[in-house]
Amino acid sequence: MALDIVKIRNDFPILKQTVHNKPFVYFDNAATTQKPVQVIDRMDKVYRETNSNIHRGVHYLSDLTTRHFEEARETIRKFINARYDHEIIFTSGTTGGINLVAFSFGEKYISRGDEIIISAIEHHANIVPWQMLCERKGASLKVIPLNSDGELLLEEYDRLFSSNTRLVAITHVANSIGTINPVREMIQTAHQKNVPVLIDGTQAVQHGKVDVQDLDADFYVFSGHKMYGPTGTGVIYGKESILEELPPYQTGGEMVDQVTFEKTTFNRLPFKFEAGTPNYTGVIGLAAAVRYIEETGLDEIVAREKELLEYGSRRLSEIDGLHLFGQAENKISILSFILDDIHPFDAGMIIDKYGIAVRTGNHCAQPFMELLGIRGTIRASMVFYNTREEIDRLCEAIEKVKEMFN
Amino acid sequence: MAEKTMQEVQEEIVEEFTVFDDWLDKYNYLIELSKSLPVIEEKYKTPEHLIEGCQSKVWLKADMEDGRIVFTADSDAIITKGIIALLVRVMSGRSPEEIINTDLDFINTIGLNENLSPARSNGLVSMIKQMKLYALAFQAKSKQK
Repeated sequence: MALDIVKIRNDFPILKQTVHNKPFVYFDNAATTQKPVQVIDRMDKVYRETNSNIHRGVHYLSDLTTRHFEEARETIRKFINARYDHEIIFTSGTTGGINLVAFSFGEKYISRGDEIIISAIEHHANIVPWQMLCERKGASLKVIPLNSDGELLLEEYDRLFSSNTRLVAITHVANSIGTINPVREMIQTAHQKNVPVLIDGTQAVQHGKVDVQDLDADFYVFSGHKMYGPTGTGVIYGKESILEELPPYQTGGEMVDQVTFEKTTFNRLPFKFEAGTPNYTGVIGLAAAVRYIEETGLDEIVAREKELLEYGSRRLSEIDGLHLFGQAENKISILSFILDDIHPFDAGMIIDKYGIAVRTGNHCAQPFMELLGIRGTIRASMVFYNTREEIDRLCEAIEKVKEMFN
Repeated sequence: MAEKTMQEVQEEIVEEFTVFDDWLDKYNYLIELSKSLPVIEEKYKTPEHLIEGCQSKVWLKADMEDGRIVFTADSDAIITKGIIALLVRVMSGRSPEEIINTDLDFINTIGLNENLSPARSNGLVSMIKQMKLYALAFQAKSKQK
């Protein structure tokens, strides 16, 4: 059944405003998505009615909030089909999550001479923590190359493995151009060589069904704020068997079992990795976002976004002097492009004046931009609440940009 | 005619911009102005002269000529270049003292401050800072002599 777009637009109050006296068009969804009232109201309710620190108090509200927090864990578990609740660890976001794994996994398993495989299309958040780990431990990074459509070269990937490979860390969907990587096959390849795999699912979970057991991912990490949830929330899924083995990352309250000045023993999963007061309000909001996605229907969302991508790709490719990047067969609804002889920054400034939010620059993927030999792109990232009319408006703005700068 | 002060040139620019009642005219004017920028020689477009913003690059060079600082610059983005042309028009050919002691308020007054917000990170804030630093450096150097 097709989505009721009028209802959906109503769910996102921010979309109703004007910017620079024009109806607001939000095409920066890969940076962060907007929030439906269902999420905003849920968090509002926590602060108005139930706020109390979790896992501590015996009192009524503490108990209630603890229950809501743990129900949120169960909601996330079901959403990505993890086996156990305690395989879901709440973090501040993907960056926080990858840093946690890089530290804890690194402490346990990485030593001098070891190798970690990443790809050339990663976000900085899935490059720099591994780089720092390698520096600390005397290990090295191996990088899977791409073709010009932005697809990973799988034969090359195969060749990067050696007896020193300890981990593969790759993105499920590229934030800069939207390519969907064949992570299931890539995980199989790694597992044949007994190498665990971390998947950065930041741009994936909101655009298609993710089943961590079917993928057989060892770690699957994502952010709440890019899937209609609040900022400062994120998730690490980790297989129980691996998480049990890892040492904690941050230490402090909540995550400990017994503390004496001689020795501290740590709490069981998942609390071992959730030091300090967790962002329980955010996590409860995140669960509301998941429910919103599920009630709207992930299949319907995917279908609508596919249609928007097709329409947008067609409309943009009709514009003279416009070059689209990332023509991979499998991609999410991201249109990343440049205009002949026009700096993305100049274009972005004018497009903004049309009330349209796009991102310009290197999208925190400098190595990939370098590979393409460009200084950045203009990126319009769309989700199911966007419309064809908005794409038409973008095309008008682009025509204006061309007129001004050519 | 007596030479205009930096403050007077700023006022002159503000006056020019009052005729534009919408952003489009303003930006078109900046695009025009970008063509008037005294461009840094290609051979000086080196890392040493580069002020890197996240989104657009700016090159800046300062030379002392008869007690006055002459700026040449360039950018790979045109709107940035247009604003640099305004900055150079205000600041180039001035004594270090005048550059150090004059507040640059015209950018706010003409409503281009959005170009200076840190989020746009187009190198302009760093550029203004760099121009003032050059003035300080030249002043220190001339006092040593």
